[in-house]
Amino acid sequence: MTTKSQRPEVVHDYPDTSAYDPKTRRMMDTMIAAERRFLAERELEECECKDGMFPNPAASVTSRRGFMAGTAIAMATAGALPRLASAAAPPGAVEYAVPEDPTKVQGRPIAQDGGYGTRSQFETEVRWRFPTKTLESSWTMTPLDKSRGMVTPSGLHFERHHGGIPTIDPARHTLTVHGMAKRPKKYTMADLMRFPSVTRFHFIECSGNTFTEWKQAMMKTVQVTHGLTSTSEWTGVPLSTILSEVGIKDGAAWILAEGADAAVMTRSIPIDKCWSDAMLVYAQNGEALRPEQGYPLRLLLPGWEGNTHIKWLRRLEISDKPFMTREETSKYTDQVKIGLARQFTFTMEAKSVITFPSGEMKLPGPGFYEVTGIAWSGRGKIQRVEISTDGGKIWHLAALQGPVLPISHTRFRFPWKWDGTPAMLQSRCIDETGYVQPTIQDLVAARGVDGHPKFGSIYHNNGVQTWLINPDGSVVNGNHQA
Amino acid sequence: MLMRFFPTSAIGTCVWLAIFAAVALSVPASAQTFDFGTAPTAAEIAAINIDAMPDGRGLPAGKGTPSEGKAIYVDNCAACHGTDLQGVKDAGGAPLVGGRGSLMSGSPKKTIESYWPYATTVFDYVKRAMPFNAPGSLNDNQVYAVTAYILYRGDLIGEGDIINAKTLPRVDMPNKNGFIADPRPDVNTYR
Ligand code: HEC
Repeated sequence: MTTKSQRPEVVHDYPDTSAYDPKTRRMMDTMIAAERRFLAERELEECECKDGMFPNPAASVTSRRGFMAGTAIAMATAGALPRLASAAAPPGAVEYAVPEDPTKVQGRPIAQDGGYGTRSQFETEVRWRFPTKTLESSWTMTPLDKSRGMVTPSGLHFERHHGGIPTIDPARHTLTVHGMAKRPKKYTMADLMRFPSVTRFHFIECSGNTFTEWKQAMMKTVQVTHGLTSTSEWTGVPLSTILSEVGIKDGAAWILAEGADAAVMTRSIPIDKCWSDAMLVYAQNGEALRPEQGYPLRLLLPGWEGNTHIKWLRRLEISDKPFMTREETSKYTDQVKIGLARQFTFTMEAKSVITFPSGEMKLPGPGFYEVTGIAWSGRGKIQRVEISTDGGKIWHLAALQGPVLPISHTRFRFPWKWDGTPAMLQSRCIDETGYVQPTIQDLVAARGVDGHPKFGSIYHNNGVQTWLINPDGSVVNGNHQA
Repeated sequence: MLMRFFPTSAIGTCVWLAIFAAVALSVPASAQTFDFGTAPTAAEIAAINIDAMPDGRGLPAGKGTPSEGKAIYVDNCAACHGTDLQGVKDAGGAPLVGGRGSLMSGSPKKTIESYWPYATTVFDYVKRAMPFNAPGSLNDNQVYAVTAYILYRGDLIGEGDIINAKTLPRVDMPNKNGFIADPRPDVNTYR
């Protein structure tokens, strides 16, 4: 739902990137160009149904959507099936004619959607793709600005793919467990679903989340600064059950997890994690996994960086040593100021962000606002979230929405009366281990900014995010200004 | 049933219960396996067991030289990684050489020769994921050869060197000691 107060203002005032080295600069510029385009599209989208925005009087009577919907209904009554995902409807929605008064005409006949529901044609939020040069190795970001509660809708869960999204027939998919196993096994999906199952809510966060913000306030929206995290309810088999089944040989210490995509994605996982809370999941939010999330089978490693949660899982090889795959050497290693790179930096440390109000929104005027956002930690439960409206001088306690679950997004809320003067909104969380979310400056002091081209290790930025509220109500990224 | 075997002292019972609980989490109370699934044949495992480890385990039979690899590279890789292995931005293909000594410069250029700690990773990765548009299309000799060519262009082996399961793990990588374990939490913000 887009209210007037949340409507973005498109201002093209991104920071100058000329101080960065060429490679970083290219990356930043690409990201900026993309966000700019998304924002422009979104503005068009939202203007469409605004009264008085159309110079053409015909358009003000029937919006483009309403007009298209009329066509679709005409087709339907003429015997054609209503078009699913019609071009005029937002992704995941079907366009229908909007009656003047829904109490005076019959509604749509039931179950004409084929038995699988769609979202409202008025809901437009979508994942945004980072415009990498290839469409197969790329990522998309979750629209956190519109998020409610703690669960991410399956269709909005962020994505990172290295070889496209494979289409896999579950009837033909198998998982082979071998290596230092006393009884190597090959499981069909039906086999795996016979095991006792568990269901847990967990976030998955890409360790590249917030990579643009190390050195300066770079991006505008929370979707781009923080959209590489999502929470789902996951169901599957504890990996420990499978390890007991196959029998681990003495000396086993690592397990290679391998996907059945075109990247045949691999990561080495320490066996302790596999014995503790690792899961082989086949369901997400009450139904089968989405293809983008690894259908039909995904490794879930609660609290660990997203890349380790191998999707389309086809093989587990038990070994005494790590395999040193490309994703744990060339990538997903964190160069720090001493020149060396940290490897196997698995845990996603405690982090939070305010999602409302956030970048590109506009508060209509002084008065009451419910500040809200999400907090999460790879080490357990969120114990406390604090809010500052003055850039970190005074902190107030936010309310946590229960149930507060370990290693899951936790929604927080804070009632705030804005007096119309400039404000600096920040959230900071503390997890159950007592770890307090650091500032970006704290992280830079510990790790340096020269590890990666001029902006520190690209990965694992869990620093405090700042949003500036200007006197006109506009909200902008205020990182490094508090 | 199982209770009969537990010692009767309170402390002993606690210990036994803890052990029992730990075991019960991972295996059914009957302490038997479910025994779902089938035993894969050696051929079934071999068909998907494609990884290569730093010590050479997993590397298949076969071999290749830089000169054999050059032709394979030109045909299968150059379009995206450049004829001089310098990378092609518009194809998303990273540079495969260069950057030696740049890691501390503040503008590090991470490539196989400058950053990768193990040469076996090149074989493993190319075999599983490259060419990007036709993954898995090269045979083992071709992957050895193209690996040899990349290593040669990175000044890591000689032009006449033969790369196979024995020689590849022995290629000396300049940044092999460039990695450290995760020291986090590295900011002391604890309360
Ligand atoms: C169609 C374009 C294309 C072709 C052809 C291609 N590559 Fe790639 N290559 C890529 C892309 C894109 C990536 C990055 C993949 C990712 O994002 O995970 C990549 C990554 C790599 C990497 C990892 C680089 C790093 O620093 O992590 C290596 C090594 C590599 N390719 C080698 C090869 C070899 C050898 C061939 C030929 C056999 C080849 N590529 C053919 C596009 C291509």
